[in-house]
Amino acid sequence: MGLLYRAPWASLPRRLTEPGVLDALRLSLLTATLATLVSLVLGVPLAWILARTTFPGRRLIRALVTVPLVLPPVVGGVALLLVFGRDGLLGRWLDAAFGITLPFTTAGVVVAEAFVAMPFLVITVAGALRGADARYEEAAATLGAGRWTAFRRVTLPLVAPGVAAGAVLCWARALGEFGATITFAGNFPGRTQTMPLAVYLALEQDLDAAIVLSLVLLAVSVTVLVALRERWVSGVL
Amino acid sequence: MSLAARLVVRRAGFTLDIELAAADGEVVALLGPNGAGKTTALRAMAGLIALDDGWIDLTGRRLDDPATGAFTAPEHRRIGVVFQDYLLFPHLSALENVAFGPRCRHVPRAEARRRATDWLERVGLAEHQRKRPRELSGGQAQRVALARALATDPQLLLLDEPLAALDARTRLDTRAHLRRHLAAHPGPTMLVTHDPLDAMMLADRLVIIEDGRIVQTGDAAAITTRPRTDYVARLVGLNLHRGHSDGTSVTVADGFTLTTATAQQGPVFVAFPPSAVAIFPEPPAGSPRNRWPAVIETVSRQGDNLRLELRGPITVAADVTPAAAVQLELEPGATVWAVLKANEAISYPA
Repeated sequence: MGLLYRAPWASLPRRLTEPGVLDALRLSLLTATLATLVSLVLGVPLAWILARTTFPGRRLIRALVTVPLVLPPVVGGVALLLVFGRDGLLGRWLDAAFGITLPFTTAGVVVAEAFVAMPFLVITVAGALRGADARYEEAAATLGAGRWTAFRRVTLPLVAPGVAAGAVLCWARALGEFGATITFAGNFPGRTQTMPLAVYLALEQDLDAAIVLSLVLLAVSVTVLVALRERWVSGVL
Repeated sequence: MSLAARLVVRRAGFTLDIELAAADGEVVALLGPNGAGKTTALRAMAGLIALDDGWIDLTGRRLDDPATGAFTAPEHRRIGVVFQDYLLFPHLSALENVAFGPRCRHVPRAEARRRATDWLERVGLAEHQRKRPRELSGGQAQRVALARALATDPQLLLLDEPLAALDARTRLDTRAHLRRHLAAHPGPTMLVTHDPLDAMMLADRLVIIEDGRIVQTGDAAAITTRPRTDYVARLVGLNLHRGHSDGTSVTVADGFTLTTATAQQGPVFVAFPPSAVAIFPEPPAGSPRNRWPAVIETVSRQGDNLRLELRGPITVAADVTPAAAVQLELEPGATVWAVLKANEAISYPA
């Protein structure tokens, strides 16, 4: 409401077409979507493990999964730097073996967003899996389905609404990600400057520009969430 | 000998330990009260839980043997299971549910669908193949579950309370239908139920388990005439007493003796139907041998008659007509004379 009230409506069309705005928006949507895909690929199996198996240390894993929820994102960014940085534990190896460096790249943005947003997906999907009747998997097994087939053809379709809801939450969280991104990936226009970063930068120079950017981010996320809710997750969220 | 198994499963406070065998084409019912271990036995055979001891042999292949560490996962066992609540996949149509098994065994899609169509026709559901499970009635869902299990061409068919979820009327039709399909199944069938009527109508042989152990086996005739535990006696509606026989005279309680139609020596069971017990308000004239005073504990309806539970030197159930009950003023607490017709009481070795 405050945003709408203070919006510089007269100069809005001109400001919207400034190249920096569109670049930041495109980058935000791209990285949030990629981060959601990464989270789906890693998070759904992780959720299955948490919901369906018992092994020593499961409680610890579950706690670790939720750590990014309570950790200040900036701290998460620092942790990512320590691991994936040029001198980091994995970063050094990635650099030496493949010539890949993550910090201060678009890929780094995706990693930072996935790190912060994945718990939303994992927790939602694990909850859906726990709510789904595990005996359907047993029935599938007696029909000759291995674990993977049973998961793909029976369990996943049964929890599809939960996965969709988790993905939406994850995407929304990734879209708004700020702290881990700026720490781990920096603030380079066109490469790592997502909308929240652009808003922060604009705030220091031009309040009206910051308001415009915020409005755009708000409009896009509300539109997408409403559209997805109608199509995918009615009755879940 | 197609299925042979000794199933031992240990859980906190409960041990299942039974030996089972079933020939090709034979239908064996596992009958027992809730918590007896029937479903545990079925799950062990299906491979959904591992044995703690014993072994399972199916058509000459050892599926589970804790002694050697051999264990075949359920997806490699070729055992069809019809679950109690069917567990049809809710997101798949009836046809896709039935085609699921063949698809998992790498049958090409078109062939799998053709087989599924074929099976749905056989169970009389050709026109329902596109329906989702929630659009099917209970009886139809049961048939789809049966078709789904049979479409995998199983070496052993397992059914867990196949009729328990159905109302009384659907149950009759479905039972007759199930009977036909079980007769057509070439391999052995193991049926779990707590309903004696289902067991006797569907199975060639009954295995009765209580508390994880087999208490009696036999065909319907043997079980209905010669129960060996109180549970079985109640199931088949007979009075059962344990005693010591000397000829036709059986001592069943402290100094209380019944005369039976059959002569035995040593420990015996005595069984007689409630209808064999006649009730008199006064000590009957003449000298019938089996008579004793008793107090009426409860009166309940039993079909067209009233069933009396009588407390006396032995506890028995007796059936009387409503007219007799009114005439004799039979109410709980009343003292009556019970007379057992000796020619309806049979004894057999314990």
